[in-house]
Amino acid sequence: MSVFIDKNTKLIIQGITGRDGSFHAKQMMEYGTQVVAGVTPGKGGQKFEGTVPIFNTVADAVKATGANTSVIYVPPPFAADAIMEAAASGVALVVCITEGVPVLDMTKVYPFVKERGVRLLGPNCPGLITPGESKVGIIPGRICLPGPVGVVSRSGTLTYEVVYQLTRAGIGQTTCVGIGGDPINGTNFIDCLEAFEKDPHTKAIAMMGEIGGTDEQEAAEFVKKHMKKPVVGFIAGQTAPPGRRMGHAGAIISGSAGTAAEKIDAFKAAGMGVAARPMDFVELIKARLK
Amino acid sequence: MNIHEYQAKEILRGYGVPIPPGEVATTPAQAEAIATKYGAAVMVKAQVHAGGRGKAGGVKFCKTPADAKEKATAILGMKIKDLTVEKVLVTVAADIGSEAYVGIIVDRATKKPVFMVSAAGGIDIEDVAATTPEKILYVPVDVRYGLPTYDAMRMGFFLYEDVKLARAAAKIMQQLYAAFIAAGCSLAEINPLVVTPTGEVIAVDGKMVIDDNELDRKPEIAALRDESSEEPSEVDARNSNLTFIKLDGNVGCVVNGAGLAMATMDLVKYYGGEPANFLDIGGSSNPEKVVNALRIITADKNVKAILFNIFRGITRTDDVANGIVTATKANPLKVPIVIRLTGTNEELAMKILTENGFTASSDMDTAVQRAVELAKGGK
Repeated sequence: MSVFIDKNTKLIIQGITGRDGSFHAKQMMEYGTQVVAGVTPGKGGQKFEGTVPIFNTVADAVKATGANTSVIYVPPPFAADAIMEAAASGVALVVCITEGVPVLDMTKVYPFVKERGVRLLGPNCPGLITPGESKVGIIPGRICLPGPVGVVSRSGTLTYEVVYQLTRAGIGQTTCVGIGGDPINGTNFIDCLEAFEKDPHTKAIAMMGEIGGTDEQEAAEFVKKHMKKPVVGFIAGQTAPPGRRMGHAGAIISGSAGTAAEKIDAFKAAGMGVAARPMDFVELIKARLK
Repeated sequence: MNIHEYQAKEILRGYGVPIPPGEVATTPAQAEAIATKYGAAVMVKAQVHAGGRGKAGGVKFCKTPADAKEKATAILGMKIKDLTVEKVLVTVAADIGSEAYVGIIVDRATKKPVFMVSAAGGIDIEDVAATTPEKILYVPVDVRYGLPTYDAMRMGFFLYEDVKLARAAAKIMQQLYAAFIAAGCSLAEINPLVVTPTGEVIAVDGKMVIDDNELDRKPEIAALRDESSEEPSEVDARNSNLTFIKLDGNVGCVVNGAGLAMATMDLVKYYGGEPANFLDIGGSSNPEKVVNALRIITADKNVKAILFNIFRGITRTDDVANGIVTATKANPLKVPIVIRLTGTNEELAMKILTENGFTASSDMDTAVQRAVELAKGGK
């Protein structure tokens, strides 16, 4: 079992003939993801790698293949439209990998997606993986292992670091979800925690937050009120200076809201485990799986 | 990206916001000439990307052109929060009856642009929010419909009882909103919005922060960047497609990914060290990026040890290894380097590094500890 994707996920890749899209399409296919279609306007009728049919529009691809998920690798100026196209096509999950989407574009896209009842993951995220079943995005499959831990994170490579440490210690994962580092994203920590709480195979959750905003504090409140499963948290950016953007547009401390200390206090107040270092997840999660 | 007050005002004027006339001067003589031209009392205002300009002595009222020249002499070249003042704005001084605050930010919680208005203007809105939050009205805007007149009027009446003033303020809010959207802002504010003794509503200060992700599609806005007012190493890094922020420590960090970069800095601190910088070399395995990263880091004289922490999920680590070898051959390092690499072609990367006299490991924790030891002068 897992959250959001599994072996039945039928995936469309928007931007399948682009540099990133084609590279990661092959990676996903090698991992075993059911890649049923690609979309590149003007290349409809062609085939990717001789096997995956390419369509001009997402709607055509959904109609022909019955796909339920789409992943987006198109460049930033076109990403907002690509998200809306996917959300309007009837898929249930849209994953936007693209980094650099203007935040004002997201203020338009977000209500569009919500009103259609579609789940958006990202933008500027590594996607998600259900080890042994399916991966949608760019998380490296070789560092994952099937098992009982749900992983949710705002970061890319920091997620890989923690997953890699868990896997090396023999602790597998149900699903690893990267929600992305932008100020406006489609899926937040609470959405993922709620899904992990409902998933019978997830026994514990590892959550990696960052400075900036109040998502982690709200997630901690959710853990306290609604979760029976144990959650271990980490906050990156404890040494970041205030007012500076640390690569992730979301990772900026403004005033009192969003400091690492504030978030860690919220975790503690919610009875969560707090990892001081990425490697501490191993022992903290192990203790909670007993 | 931050832009200067005079640039923000230029944009706002283009959308009809009433603003007293002003021009930029880079010498005291220019400041005097501008003041003479206006034939009125002026304000001379330092143009730097820092708050608290007034408190630092960077904003002065000048009755005469000679006074403007004298004040400009004092302000030009002064340092405000480590930034040297290269330009001043010379602008006609307004008669101030009352001061209000009007701002828009992109709000994470509502996922919308949100207006903040307060009759308590002229001071930091953060202070108002902390002490008297009831004095701020928040109005979220659905970008699909823009700012409707009734919402603008609601804010106008929140600031002023007089319908003429409320209407004038509402119009300015719609103009500010149009400028905010057109320029691709993450923040825009008018502080203070002033009512003059004759009953005019005008903007006396303007500030805009542009979303960096907008710059590619708005070249006219990107052209407003003033590199002379930024940390030179950060300019160099940006031009090399690296995300870099200079800090005060002595462990130079080169990491891929923003989250991992922050976690690496935190771990340096955890082991008793201080990071010299934040540097994200991003996802592509381009050896040239490694070369640029090393150039920028070694230019910082405080750096006593360099730490590479590279977690390559899918792209190749041997490219990073080759980059390190190339960069250090061209410019031999004067400080020790600790390399942590893991990912595709890890064995090959380790071989390349070992053959060239480097040691590398695949464990983040031990690498960080070692870098901190070396920065403290350890062997």
